[in-house]
Formats: sequence, structure tokens, C-alpha cells
Amino acid sequence: MKKTMYEKIWDSHRVVDVEGQAPLIYVDRHLMHEVTSPQAFEGLRLSNRKVRNPHSILATMDHCVPTKNRELPIADPIARKQIEVMAENCLENGLNLYDMKSPNNGVIHVVVPEHGFVHPGMVVVCGDSHTATHGAFGALAFGIGTSEVEHVMATQTLPQQKSKTMLIQVNGKLSKYASAKDVALAIVGKIGTAGGNGHVIEYAGDAIKELSMEGRMTLCNMAIEAGARAGLVAPDEKTYSYLKGREFAPKGENWDLAMAYWQSLPSDADAVFDTIIILDAADIAPQVSWGTSPEQVIGVDGCVPAPESFENEGKRKACESALAYMGLTPNTKITDIPVDLVFIGSCTNGRIEDFRIAAEVAKGTTVAKGVTAIAVPGSYHVKKQAEDEGLDKIFIDAGWEWRDPGCSMCLAMNGDELTKGQRSASTSNRNFEGRQGKGGRTHLVSPAMAAAAAAAGHFVDIRNL
Amino acid sequence: MDPYKKHDSIAALMNRNNVDTDQIIPKQFLKKVERSGFGAHLFHDWRFNDDGSDNAEFELNKPAFKGAHILVAGDNFGCGSSREHAPWAIADYGFNTIISTSYADIFYNNCFKNGILAIIVDSSQLDTLMAEINANEGVRFTVDLENQQVTTPAGNDFTFEIDPFRKGNLLSGLDDIGLTLKHVDKITAYEAQHKQTYPWLWA
Repeated sequence: MKKTMYEKIWDSHRVVDVEGQAPLIYVDRHLMHEVTSPQAFEGLRLSNRKVRNPHSILATMDHCVPTKNRELPIADPIARKQIEVMAENCLENGLNLYDMKSPNNGVIHVVVPEHGFVHPGMVVVCGDSHTATHGAFGALAFGIGTSEVEHVMATQTLPQQKSKTMLIQVNGKLSKYASAKDVALAIVGKIGTAGGNGHVIEYAGDAIKELSMEGRMTLCNMAIEAGARAGLVAPDEKTYSYLKGREFAPKGENWDLAMAYWQSLPSDADAVFDTIIILDAADIAPQVSWGTSPEQVIGVDGCVPAPESFENEGKRKACESALAYMGLTPNTKITDIPVDLVFIGSCTNGRIEDFRIAAEVAKGTTVAKGVTAIAVPGSYHVKKQAEDEGLDKIFIDAGWEWRDPGCSMCLAMNGDELTKGQRSASTSNRNFEGRQGKGGRTHLVSPAMAAAAAAAGHFVDIRNL
Repeated sequence: MDPYKKHDSIAALMNRNNVDTDQIIPKQFLKKVERSGFGAHLFHDWRFNDDGSDNAEFELNKPAFKGAHILVAGDNFGCGSSREHAPWAIADYGFNTIISTSYADIFYNNCFKNGILAIIVDSSQLDTLMAEINANEGVRFTVDLENQQVTTPAGNDFTFEIDPFRKGNLLSGLDDIGLTLKHVDKITAYEAQHKQTYPWLWA
């Protein structure tokens, strides 16, 4: 029978089918951060259970860590406690932790690929919905809850129902100004935040093949914003050359064995998908979200929509409440919306390529009066690489703050946040109410669009620069 | 986990679509290292005014909905982050049943691991239930998981589908990990084979 990549990975990881239960699936890699793990370790201790495969786990601290003055103790005592508990739990269980002081520290979904910890064909989990990022390598990677974190630590498996499969084919060539982020946002805009519910998405087509590994990570990262369990891109030469030589990549004879397996993974030519969506890359303009859900998004040359433009009553109501929260009026041109703060970073857009693209736009500009612009590398390795290339200078000369790595303003748990009514251009993944601070107004954009907005003080169509 | 028992309870109404986990439990409450006490912060940013007083406009603050164990909500409930703090907060506040047309996948899984029955109905059924609550705020529904049935005073009764594994665990209050560890020999055998087939993962 012809199989999709998802079905191949699924079949090879089925440990046991139990009558009347969901099948148990084997987990190869388990990623961890400080926010969703403490209660799982507590559960293990209370039930006298042990971590089954400590070597399958890689942990970091990212959500609560400060992005400046890191040598000082964390001011928030509850965040400090969470960081301390993480260190204690990893030490007690013999887990590999890149703590705040480690040169390897950074956002989990940026750090893990840097070290080659995830390979094609793996099943990868993390107590974090953006685990979908690692689908860029052709790994089945998905977010789980804390009870499941405990379950995986104790058993190395998870009971899972099989998902449906969705093929999203992006044909043609993206314009120079449209990035993976714009593709991700355009897809969520098209199918909605529930469009992928119950599905694993495979992204294919010429425009996807052309994306760099960083771009594929950005795209898969936001599969969850379309409601999908995971996103996948078939591994190819780009994947292999990215992995080769990295710390946890296979070496010597094992490399050849791994390659043979990886090359067997792409979906068979006639494999059947439950749902197929086709987009033309040429139609994708730089995107800007205008509402409080990632599906509320439009091309930068568009206008804020009016509630009555939606036929569906639920969407009409959602538009009304989003506009009230965002302080926007219908038919305002997107390029007339001012910004107060610009954030480049996160597991969506905190990689070296993102800073290179943003620096190209920021070069020789000055951050507009009244605007704060912060660049937060996804990891210390990204930070160092950017500094080696002189990108930090470009940002600093343009009036940006150049920070230490962390999740930072993506979810504002570490003190970096918007105040009530402040409006951001943000390269992160969610524009939910209060996500970047209570009353804060988030517009999701690509790194190039963020850098252009910082200089202009409002959104700019980068195609006209 | 306490076994899920047949009960009748006030059904509270939240007529909004795409309620996300950032609203269910805002991020400033995710720093605790314990599982308990999140109910006090459920829907914090909607539920409370800036001065900490109750926001009278917020639906769950209506006196008629106090003490509700059933939450009737709009489409795609629980989208966004995987934080299990969301169902912890919902359960700790007192809800053990949610009725909606759809849920985000991770949130749905998390509910059942925390003793919350997430019932799926079609949109016309949901409209009917919402209308019944609107017409009679404080109305009590009866939820019978054993027979997969919900009954209401206006007679908008319905049966619902549920995965038998999830149903069994809710009814017995059984721990998932314990169930899985019954198959530990199979896991060990799989791992032995895994080491042979994918030696690079174990190098």
C-alpha cells in the first residue's frame, strides 16, 4: 500500500495495539523547558517512578529567563523558583540541561536543531505546542500536556490516536519579499485556526522545497496555529547537509545507515491524503495580522476588514471583538497602523537567517521616534554567529536593543512585555489577547516587515522600499 | 483522579468561539511548580477588573452560573498553547464537563487526563442548548457518562460519542501511566529491536 510520510513514521513507532485502547507509540526524543515540566517530575516522585531513557531528553530554560542583566538574580521570585526547580529536577534525573549560564542556552526549538538532536523519521515530543517546528526535518513532532510529559518520562511511549493527513501544496515561486512566515500566516488565514484540527500537515510543492531549513522550521512551527497536530516537510539534501557534523547527528558508519532510512521516508508518489489544499506562492504578499487570532491576517497592501464583510456569524462577532480590543477601525489601511514596539525573535523567527534578513532592512536606518525595537536571538549560538557577522552592530547603530536569548516577548513571561494599549510588530506566532502583556496589541509579521516597521513607525509594504 | 459520576448541575454558557488557552489561564500564572490552585486565576483577564474586583460583564460572573460544573462553549475551545494549566484551572474552578462543537487537539487530550469530560455536539445541538440556557439562566443539565447521555429540563436530550478508552478511564479514575506499564515487556522488546534498526539513535 502507498503510504504518506506520516503513516511511515507512525507504523514504525507502534509499540503495541491494545484492544479498546489507543495504540502506544514510541517516543525517540523528549524536549523540555521549565514551564510545563515541574508538575511532571513531581508526579514521578510521588509514584516512585524513574525516567526510563534519560539520554532521550534535552532540556533548556527559555520561557522565564531575563534577556538582559542575566548576571543578576531573577527579580520575580516565582520565576526564580521555577528555574531552580528545573535545575534540581535535571540534576536528580541525570538529564542534559542547557541552563541559563550555558553557552548552548536558548529557546528549546532553536537549540535542539542547532545540536542536531532531532533527525528525520523520529517521534519527538515536548510540553510545548511549538514542537511542531521539528517537522522541518521530517520528524513527527508534536506538543503534549504535562501529564503526557510524565507519561513519556516513565514509559518512553504515549497512547495516541492516529491523525488524519493533510497535504498543503505551495506551487510556484515566492516573491523576494515573501518569507516562510508569510506562507505560514497565509495558510492560517486560508484554512483558519481549526482548519487542521485532527490532522498532520505535510507541506510540499516547489515553494517549500526552495525554503531553507530555517524557513521550513518557521513554517512547521506555525502548523499548530492552523490547529494541526504536527507539520512535516520531506527530508532532502538540504536536511542532510544541515545535520551533517552536528553534535548529536549520526557519525561514521551510522551516518550511512541513517541516510538509507531517511531517504525511505518521503511520501510515496501515489499516497492518499485525507485533505488537500493548494496555494500559489506568487499570490502570497507580506502578511500582517490585524486581530486577536492568527487567522485574522491580511496582505500588507490590504485594509482592516469590516465585521459585515464576514458571512459567518461567528467570524463576524470575532472580528467585532478583535477590532475593539485592537483599537482599530474597519477599512484602515494596514500601512497606516502605527507601532510602539518591534520584537524580532522567538521559536518562529529567532534564527540566524531571520536576523540576517532583518539586518539587511535595518541597515542604515534609525528606529522611529517613540518606537522601542528589541532583537532577541533564539540562542547564544545565534547571538554569537550574528555578532561574528557584525549584525549586532547594524541593529545597535539603528537604535535597537540587542538582547540575550529567550522566549521573551513571544509570551511575555520574563518581564519583557507590552503595556496596556501598546501596539507591536512581532515576529512571534500568536496575537491572542494579552499574550504580550495585558491590553497589549500584537501584529504578527515576518522579520523583514518588523525591521521596516521599526524604521517607519508604522507598517510598510517592503515591496516598495 | 476521581471517578466521573452521573450528576446534574448548572450549565454555564460562554458563547464565544476560539477561546484560547492564553485566556483560560493567562501566562503570568504559569510559573507555579504545583498542580493546584489555578482555579482562582481561570479566565483572569476577562474575569477581573484592573482593580481586582469581579468584572460584572463577564459571563461566568453571573450569579445564575455560580457553582456550575458544566460549561457550554463556542467552537474550537482551548486552541493555542499546550499548557495543561488550562484544564487544571478549569477543573480546579469546579467544571468537570465541557460541551462544544470542537476542541483543539492537545487541549482535548489534556481534559481527559484531568477528569474533565469534553463532549462534542453538532452546531445545531449547540445552538439549541445555548438557547435553553439563555432562556433560563441557572438551568441544570444531567450528564450520564455511562449511558453517554445528556438530559435537559426542556427536553433537548442527546446522546454523544466518546472513545471507549477515554470513557473507561474517566469512569474508573484510572492512571494512564499504570495502564501503559502493564505493557512494559512489549516496550522493552520494542526498544531492543529499535536499537538494532536505528543504532545511531543509541550511539
